[in-house]
This record gives sequence, C-alpha cells and structure tokens, in this order.
Amino acid sequence: MSAQGIGARVARKEDKRFITGAGQYTDDVYERQMSAAVFVRSPHAHAKITSVDTSAALEMPGVIDVILGQDIQDAGIGNLICGWGIQSKDGTPMKMAPYNVMDPAVVRYVGQPVAMVIAETRAEAVDAAEAVVVEYEEQPALTDFGNYAAGPVVHPGTADDNLICDWQLGDEAATDAAFAGAAHVVEMDIRNNRLIPNAMEPRSAVAHYNRAEDHTTLWTTSQNPHVARLVMSAFYNVAPEHKLRVIAPDVGGGFGSKIYIYPEEIAACYAAKRVGRPVKWTADRTEAFMTDAHGRDHITKAKMAFDADHRIVGFKVDTIANLGAYMSLFSSATPTYLYATLLSGQYNIANIYANVKLVYSHTTPVDAYRGAGRPEATYVVERMMETAARQFGLSPVELRRKNFIKDFPHQTPVLMNYDPSDFHGLMDTALKTIDFDGYPARKAESERRGMLRGIGFSSYIEACGIAPSQAVGSLGAGVGLWESAEIRVNPVGTVEVLTGTHSHGQSHETTFAQIVSDRFGVPIDNVSILHGDTDKVQFGMGTYGSRSGPVGGSAIYKALDKVEAKAKALAAHLMEADAGDIEIENGELKVAGTDKKLAWHEVCLAAYTAHNLPEGMEPGLKETSFYDPSNFTFPAGTFICEVEVDPGTGVTRIVNFVAVDDFGIIINPMVVEGQVHGGLAQGIGQALLEGCVYDDEGQLLTASYMDYAMPRADDLPSFGLDHLEIRNPSNPLGVKGCGEAGAIGAPPAVINAITDAIGTNALEMPATPERVWRAIQSTQTAMAAE
Amino acid sequence: MYNTTYYAATSLADAAAKIAADGDAKFLSGGQTLLATMKQRLAAPTMLIDLTKLPELKGISVEGDRLVIGAATKHAQVASDATVKGAIPSLAGLAATIGDPAVRNMGTMGGSLANNDPAADYPAAAMALDAIITTSKGEYKATDFFTGIFETALDEDEIIVKISYEIPKKAAYEKFRNPASRYSLCSVFAAEVSGGPRIAVTGSGNEGVFRVPAMEEALTRGWTADAVTSVKIDPETMLSDMHGSAEYRAHLVAVLAGRAVAKAG
Repeated sequence: MSAQGIGARVARKEDKRFITGAGQYTDDVYERQMSAAVFVRSPHAHAKITSVDTSAALEMPGVIDVILGQDIQDAGIGNLICGWGIQSKDGTPMKMAPYNVMDPAVVRYVGQPVAMVIAETRAEAVDAAEAVVVEYEEQPALTDFGNYAAGPVVHPGTADDNLICDWQLGDEAATDAAFAGAAHVVEMDIRNNRLIPNAMEPRSAVAHYNRAEDHTTLWTTSQNPHVARLVMSAFYNVAPEHKLRVIAPDVGGGFGSKIYIYPEEIAACYAAKRVGRPVKWTADRTEAFMTDAHGRDHITKAKMAFDADHRIVGFKVDTIANLGAYMSLFSSATPTYLYATLLSGQYNIANIYANVKLVYSHTTPVDAYRGAGRPEATYVVERMMETAARQFGLSPVELRRKNFIKDFPHQTPVLMNYDPSDFHGLMDTALKTIDFDGYPARKAESERRGMLRGIGFSSYIEACGIAPSQAVGSLGAGVGLWESAEIRVNPVGTVEVLTGTHSHGQSHETTFAQIVSDRFGVPIDNVSILHGDTDKVQFGMGTYGSRSGPVGGSAIYKALDKVEAKAKALAAHLMEADAGDIEIENGELKVAGTDKKLAWHEVCLAAYTAHNLPEGMEPGLKETSFYDPSNFTFPAGTFICEVEVDPGTGVTRIVNFVAVDDFGIIINPMVVEGQVHGGLAQGIGQALLEGCVYDDEGQLLTASYMDYAMPRADDLPSFGLDHLEIRNPSNPLGVKGCGEAGAIGAPPAVINAITDAIGTNALEMPATPERVWRAIQSTQTAMAAE
Repeated sequence: MYNTTYYAATSLADAAAKIAADGDAKFLSGGQTLLATMKQRLAAPTMLIDLTKLPELKGISVEGDRLVIGAATKHAQVASDATVKGAIPSLAGLAATIGDPAVRNMGTMGGSLANNDPAADYPAAAMALDAIITTSKGEYKATDFFTGIFETALDEDEIIVKISYEIPKKAAYEKFRNPASRYSLCSVFAAEVSGGPRIAVTGSGNEGVFRVPAMEEALTRGWTADAVTSVKIDPETMLSDMHGSAEYRAHLVAVLAGRAVAKAG
C-alpha cells in the first residue's frame, strides 16, 4: 500500500507532456532523407478502373515514384484479412472477399486508395497526386444495405447476394416456444446509426527500410503494434517478424479505429524499400473521415415476450450489420460475438435467439468502435425495456427490478457467465444521485416554461477485459488475448514496467505505476511504463475492449508477485530471517516482529551487486508474466438521463445525467471519471448529434466537421457520477474495465428520455432537432386523429 | 494550398490597381472563408491583396442616428466594443455568436458581407437595420446589396469601406445553429427602425438573406410575438439539406421570429 497506490486520486503523469505540446506522435518522426507519400483516392463508391496514367505525375517537381496496386501485388504483398472466422447457421464459413492493399481493377468505396505518390515534400506529392489520371467506368453502388440482396453486388463470385454470413446464437425453437406461451409481446424496429471515429490524431505511418540489415521499422498510429507486426508478417508478407519493428509512439486517440492494419501502412513499408528512402504518410482530416473504419450501422427487428407478471420469457433479435466494402480485421466479431452475447442485459431471460446477417456495401469498412457490439446490444435491450414498461403502464424502474439478475455467477443463454455485481444497488444509487423523488416537481417546473421534460433509463452490462484465449479461440479468433508484462527493477530501486498494452489516452503511465507503487511503496515518479515498441516489449496484444486494466494490469500484478517473492527471499537472506516473515511497508522490507529492516533500494542493489545472494539465486531483479484471463469482465451500471425538449424547435438539452457504474476495484478514481466522461460524451454524441450519411451513389455526405456533428462541451451537462466497487473475482486486481461503459450505456438513456418527453417511442438516432420536431408533430397528429 | 502571393495594399487605389492587373487575384480580409477554401484546393488565387491594413476600413463611431463600422473591423471587436454595445447591443451580441474565438479574431464584417454566405449572420443585421454599405465606388442599401447566395452587387474590383446601421428603437437576434458547423441554420434579426418593423432571416432562404414583409406588416399593428408566429413561410423559398428540410426551416422562421420579437421587448 502507498499514498500513490491503488485507489489514489493522483494526477496523470503524462499530462504535462501532452498539454505542453511535448508529445511525440508518428507525424513528429523525422528521418534523414525522408520522403512524403500521398494517396490518389477513388471519388466513386463503385467503379472499374480502366486506366491509370502516371506519366504527367512522374514529371512533376520533386516526384520520386508513383506506386500502383499492381506493383504491390507483384511484390507478393498479400491481401488484408479479417482475423476472426465465423460460420453461417448452415455451417458454411463467412465469405471473405480479397481485400487488396490497392485493388488495381475495382474500387468499392469513396476514398479507396488507387495510387501512391512519393515525393520530396508533401506539397509536391499533393500536386503530383492531382496529375495522376485515373479513368473509371462508374457502376451503381449499394448503400441501402437493408436491401442488400437486391444488389448491386460488391464482390461477385464471393458473395453474389452480398451476404457475408448468416449467423445465429441461441436456441430458436425454445425461444419460439416461449413466445407461443407468452402473455405479452413487445416489438420494435431499431436502427443503430453509423459513426465515424474521429480520433484527434489522424492516422499516420513512417516506414524506414534498412538495406544493410534487410530490416524495416514502421512508426504507426496503432493500438496494438505487436498485432500489427504479426499480421503484417504472417499474412501480408511485408517482412518476417524479426526483420520488422513496429513502434506506436504517443497516439492521439483510437476508439477502435487504430486496432486495424490499414492499406496505407503496408504500402508505406513497400514504398520505403522500393524507393530506398524513409516514407511518411499522414492522413488529412478528410482522409480520416473517408478511410478510418466506421462503427455501428445496424438495422434490427426485436421482439420480447413477457409472462402475465411482466417477467421476460423470451427475446428474439434479427439484425442486419453493414460491414462496408471489405472485411476489416475484427469486423466479423463485432456484430456477432461482441453483440449477441450481451442481449441478456442485466435480466433473467431464459430464452434468447439472435440472427445476424453481415453484409457488404459500397461504403468504408466498418469495425469495432468504442464499445464494439455492446452499445448496439444495450441499445436494443434498453429501448425494449423502456418501451415495454410504457406499454404495460409500469414504471421503467419497476419493470427492470422485476427482471434483474440477483444471483451470481449467472449463466445467460447467450454464452456469457456473469461475475457478481449488484444491479438493484446500482439502480438504487442512480435514483438517489439524480434525486428521482424530486423529478415530478422538476417536470412541472419545465412545463411552466413551456418545455417538455423527460427521464430515461439505461441499465447496461457489458463484457470486456478481452479475453480468455481458449474461449475466443473456440469462437473463431485468430489470436489469443492474454497480455504480457515485464518488471525491470533497476539497481537503485527505480522500476521499469514493459507492457503489451498500448496507451492512446488511457493513462497507463499513471495507473500502472500506481499498481507498482501499491506493492513496493516506491513513488510513481520512480516508475516508468514502456509500451508501444516491438523492440522493447517482447509481445503483447494491445489495447481495446477495455482490456488494459483487467488483462494488462493483471499481468503486471502477476509479474510483481514474482519480483516480490525474489526481493523477499533476498531480504530474508541478508537479514538472516525467514522469507515468510518479511513484510513490505513504506518502501522498506522488514522482518515481522523485529526492528530489522532494509530499504527497498538496498535490496535492489544487493540483487545486482550479487555479492551475497542466497544459494542458487540468480543475480538481478527482473520478472515476466503472461496473464490469460479466466473470464470476460462484466462492468455494469445504471444511467439516468433527464432532458428538456423545446417543442417549438425540437432542440433537446440534457439537463441532468447520472452514471452509476460497477467497475470493480478502482485504481485511480480521477482517471476512471475521465474515461466515463469521455465515454458519455461519445454516447451522447451518437444519440443526439453524430450520424454518418451516404447518398444513393455512395458519396459520403458527412465528410467534414461542417456536416458531421461532433459533441462539444456545451452539448453536455455536468455529469453526476458514482460507483459501486464490487471486486471482480476473476482477476487478481479485482478490476472490471471502464473504457467503454459510457459509450455503451448512454445512447438508450438519452433516447428513452426524449421519447418520454415527447410521448412517442418512434425516434431514430441521432435525435436531431428536426427529427424530434417531426416526432412531436406525429404525436400531435395522432392525438388529433383520436 | 496552391502557391500564391501575398500583397498588403497601401490604399484603396493601390488595391484596385493590383486586382485590375491580375484577373486571378483576390481581395483578402480576415480570410476565414477564403483561406479555408484555398487549403481545400477549391480556390487558387494567384495573389491575395490584403485589405485589412487600410486605414479607411477601420474605426467604429456613432454618427447621428447611425452606427458606422469600418469594413476591416473584426468580429471580436464588434462583440466587445463599448460604442457598439451602447448603440446596438444586439449587433454586438450577434458578433459574439460567429464561429469561435479564432474566427472572431480574424474574420471581418466587410469580409462576411462581401462573401454573403447564406448561413452568415451579419447579412441579417444589415437587412434589419437598414444598413448602408459604402464601397470604393459608391453606396448600397442592404436590400440592393445582397443579390443571391454568395452574390452581391460588388464588382470584382470593388471594396467595402464601411457599413452604417440605423440605431433601432429595439432589436434582437435569435440564432439557431446547424449542430455540426454551428453556422446559422435559421436565424432571425427583428428590429424596429424609423422605416418600421424589420424581420430579416439568414441561413434558410434559397436566395440567401431575406426580409419577411408579411411579418413586418403584422408588426406595424402591434409588436407581439403572436403577430409573426402566425405568418406562414412558403417552404418553396427555403434551403433544404440533411440538417434541416425546407419544411422544418419554414417552421423555424416563424418560431424564431416570434422569439426575436419577444426578446426585443
């Protein structure tokens, strides 16, 4: 234990670097002789490439080379893959179409790279890119993915009906039987809007090929540099792993979009070798809008069956998930195993059946985005619950309480085995925090001002801490999802922690240091966290799915166990005591019940001088652990949102928002609150503001901040947060993960509040002023008709 | 951005001579539209002739019943200037809603009026406050100046020097923002000037800023919100985009006009 240990609200160590502009991002990397790359991109959503003329571009000032898709194919650089294999309900494998780095013949979404221009400067490369003449034969595009089978076909020969996989989970016959005997059935059509990730730092890559060593170094904006190296080596034939170093330095936000290996960094590695000079590519904001993997985009029909006492007896969900033009790295898992497995929510539901159709369209590839499948599941479950309560004339709180799971562990019918939480307790705390009893008075006060006030609930559960390797392997994952840690204690007692996770905003430099401080009493300033470099950290799986704390932190914890054991054995030897009697307190190793003690740094130094080690003990103090979790972790919470809707304009203002979460043990409350704030901002953004729009020709209409509405500070209220700290028994730290909860739980709370205010259940996200105004008009028309 | 040349004009005549000599040159004021357009490679002027250093384009003063503002005055100055706040607080308030602090400290009133973006704010104030726009060649009434979306009565070599607004008996601006860009989706400037009531709308008209005579007429019978909210706007005259259909904008004009009238008191 220490003042800076687990549970301490210490300020982030990394903030000084970031807020003073000293961060080192990929675009900050400058290499001698470095050249600049710019991509020529398709202006069409679907077209045949009939010719590419690079002759004028090659004559432009400063141009070094122009690379085409055929060049990359001829070099033996392989196609991009989806790394999670799933099967249709008839047993056939998913239909993964070839995903070229730069397809030489066909473009399938606006922004797809067609040629890569390498020049002395970026400005010269931009000029030359304009001089590359590409002739296209335009083809009709598929954007209305709900009618995927009607065509046009995205990948003829692979998926002629555009259906990648007709996947299912659960027992359909049992669920149908439950519906047959049900007293009430509630049905809804639910759309989960498509989002564009918008990390603050656009994607970037710097590739350096060392001819003497036949070795490539790639700096890139990655959430998982080791996975990038593995995939680029094993599947894309960029270079063998021992000849490829991937460095992800400071990365300015990912939200999932930087998990995947994209065409640009592969092309950069090829180009660096081809032109014999380092190559830098950095996306501009328009490229980020067009080419970062998008998120969500589901069309769902859901129905829930209840008995006469309003207990849920069955739940049936049919979803069409748009994966875009190509299958991105984890695109198959996001709308299947990360989605349907959470359809039980916080409720006892004996029978659940989900059918998900994954389809191609002529749009940017879609993959995991903050929450990845769980926001989509939570939105379906929690909108159903609120709607059902309204139809039954019950309070939404009462209907939830009637169906909450109380006994743990709880096995759902959709694979998950929930660890303990307290759903009633989370609801109780949320109601208290928002002063639910005072709500009628607040509503009356709003009405006096001519405003419509509504309240909405969302009791989410999610599965993160991704994930037990054996479990995900059995479901089709191409990798294991353990994590590694190495603890290097220096002779002076300072500590270096090497982690296979990656921080792109998650505060690892602080929270992981706190885990060390907690154990040895060293100040967090004496602990360095090293990550994001395949030459420093031996291997790791990176950061996504709120796994850094539960999996990466647990690996650190396990490695610390080994360091502690060795340090105690050495201290015992030096003090002629029994190792079992050594206690670590305030940075000292003491013999219990005596005044004998050694300072931490004295023991560390003794390990390295090695003048007096116990028999058989090796010198040094460095330990490694590979930790594989035994279960997913299950953060849960209840969010309550209060809105005021202006009936004249349809404008919604969030006037009150409470989030009460169970994240297990909290390492740093301030960091956790920051994660919740950011997640809520994204969730509220999805509910009120953000929506990616393509027109019928597949043109991206929301390709800039002029048209894509990002949440701003004044769109958000001051959040009321609280926590229940229920230890997670499945990992040694007792943590559950907090990175995605806000984005998972917020959207239904907001929409439930607005629909409560305006008196209709039919409202799509984003709930723009016009949509809300129209919904109000429709309720007034309906009332007039009655 | 394509290569261009920067030139700081020393006088109105100097600026006019420069642009006459180079048909692909452009006047530059605050640059908050032009430079962004150039960065997107959607404009490629050979030369930028900076007008903001010209002394004729500076200054804020009250002259009789009018407030006169130099064309190179930045939005941040309009928002914070004591003379503006004293004479027409609603104009200062409008300026404070434009863009963000960076935009307000670069963008100018003359630049905004000359650009006549259909979602810009100043054109509504100019129309409602019977503004007179003085240029290097003459004078225009606001109603004659704005001729269509991104179009004005200005010649290519003509420079706005100053803008004079009538100080109204009362006035208010009700702004409704596009949630993405935060430009006006539909905003209404309501004023009572010597010629009578004025209602000017920006962000919504399919020919740019416009006045609503039916509302102005209704207000002559009594300055009440109800007088304007009952006036129906024809959606056929409205812009329509993913942020607001013509029908929705037509509805907003009436709602926001009512609020502006009520706010003006």
